[in-house]
Amino acid sequence: MPLPYSEKVMEHFMNPRNIGKIEDPDATATMGNPACGDMIKLYLKVDEKTKRITDIKFESYGCASNIATGSIVTELAKGKTLEEAKQIGWKEADEELGGLPPVKVHCAVLAVDALYMAIENYEHQHGLLKEKVPTDERVVLKRLKHVINPKTGREILQAKLVRSVAVNDGRVRVELDLPPDYQFAKALEEEIRERLEPLWDVHEVEVAFVGDGDGEGRGWWSKLSKA
Amino acid sequence: MGQELIYLDNATSTKVAPEVVEAMLPYFTERYAVASSQFSHTPGLEAKEALDRARAAIASRINAQPEELVFTSGGTEANNLAIKGAAWANRKKGNHIITSKIEHLSVLHPCRSLEREGFQVTYLDVDHEGFIDLDQLEDAITDETILVSIQWVNQEVGAIQNIEEIGRLCRERGVLFHTDAVLGLGWLPLDVQEANIDLASFSAHKLHGPKGIGGLYVRSGVKLKRLLDGGYNEFELRAGTENIPGAVGFAKAVEIFTSEDAEYVRGLRDRLIESLLGIEGAELNGPRDGARRHPGNVNVSFRFAEGESIILHLDMKGIAVITGSACFSRALEPSHVLLAMGYPHERAHSSIRYTLSRYNTPEELDRAVEATREVVERLRQISPMKRGGR
Repeated sequence: MPLPYSEKVMEHFMNPRNIGKIEDPDATATMGNPACGDMIKLYLKVDEKTKRITDIKFESYGCASNIATGSIVTELAKGKTLEEAKQIGWKEADEELGGLPPVKVHCAVLAVDALYMAIENYEHQHGLLKEKVPTDERVVLKRLKHVINPKTGREILQAKLVRSVAVNDGRVRVELDLPPDYQFAKALEEEIRERLEPLWDVHEVEVAFVGDGDGEGRGWWSKLSKA
Repeated sequence: MGQELIYLDNATSTKVAPEVVEAMLPYFTERYAVASSQFSHTPGLEAKEALDRARAAIASRINAQPEELVFTSGGTEANNLAIKGAAWANRKKGNHIITSKIEHLSVLHPCRSLEREGFQVTYLDVDHEGFIDLDQLEDAITDETILVSIQWVNQEVGAIQNIEEIGRLCRERGVLFHTDAVLGLGWLPLDVQEANIDLASFSAHKLHGPKGIGGLYVRSGVKLKRLLDGGYNEFELRAGTENIPGAVGFAKAVEIFTSEDAEYVRGLRDRLIESLLGIEGAELNGPRDGARRHPGNVNVSFRFAEGESIILHLDMKGIAVITGSACFSRALEPSHVLLAMGYPHERAHSSIRYTLSRYNTPEELDRAVEATREVVERLRQISPMKRGGR
């Protein structure tokens, strides 16, 4: 294979499992959007008594990794209970596929996040409504957990690239320890916005590139990023 | 995979013509001396003569004098030498440079570097078809302006800028005019005198020559500061051992590229555009007027299908093309050219570029169209967005 994908990724891309839609789903979720070039929609059928996923399907607008991760995540989730399915991590999906190139790891995150969101939507619709939590640093950090640096394929929190987070009256400011002309600055900013803007009490998100590092992280902020 | 490769990525690089390979071979195995040995021995003098012949052949094709052509390692080096070299040499005259938003990265990134050194750079807009506005250019020129760098032919949508008009304007205002002419050489006639060009970049591998050789036309009297210090090669504008096999191959490639070749490819292009636009939800990106579009460039977006998935499926069918989708880019951003043209992100993500050469055949293009149709339909079927329809 001349392309930077494993054989397994290509196989799932060429022959995706669980592709299509469920006509009367118990829950759905859409992650990403066409403007970003990556979008996935999940459909769930759940057994009300056992809380087991009896059927799961996905539709995709995106690259090969998007299609392959949709395929593998639905395969992993099928037959599992909702609680079990919540334990599927993006790393598991990535490993199952034999490892995506770092620049494509965010596709695995998108697919598992679509799964979590579909499960959450199901829980909401079935009386497990959670209270609205006001956004604070902790909520922001939780949301940022899955933001991946496309250069390394690592989570930005783990790589300690987040220098600070400030939440003030619905305004969130995230400072990254990266230079403004970082190769992936625009991609990272959009990814962070996408994760914070949907929060119910957030109306402005600012992403600042305040570092001069190479993106490998220098441990400015190790305490908070463990949150 | 069984099928013959259908290579439709000729704006990235081309097949080296067999005649070019043949012309180059003796300079690897028999005539391997270098030009700087011309005063030492006969093989050195012969090398110098071969280099001079190559230089003269290429220069005459653009109506330049041989000593106005500096060989470089390729288009990127030529663009760097032109832009940084002219900026550094003219620092006392001013600190303002004008370019466009759709230039190749080997123009945009040197401009960014110069900005960090304190130069001011204006990035001109382009319209929906990829053309700059001459009035905007005229308004952008100030007393501080030392250089205008506008490409001749765009790498993604094939828009051919009106370099004669740009050159006339720059000459009137006493500003140097550089054009990245990498994709135009051979394909389109060029007269650097008539077009009032001061600096023009070339690259051999875009016209069936070898990789690793290019050139910069430097109008006699134009001052540049060189990038590489060392020996006294290339009129002291580019130190380093001359790439003689490369120069010989470059000259051969220019010599055998005829206007009939360009006309043949133009015919293929028009046929390909027509067939691709027959696919539902297909939109042509770039100039509609064929005379203002590179003879080998086709760029089409297919609604509701994502570019990287399209090109991977096409690759599995033995067809080599590229996309402007972010998924494909090194920075995860969609094509800066299509965005500058005012297209929405979705249109950039679903864009496919087919670039042709004289080695392509009508049969190949028919197969490429059928394969594209199949792949696009297949991807639309699994897309969560609204299907089909214009």
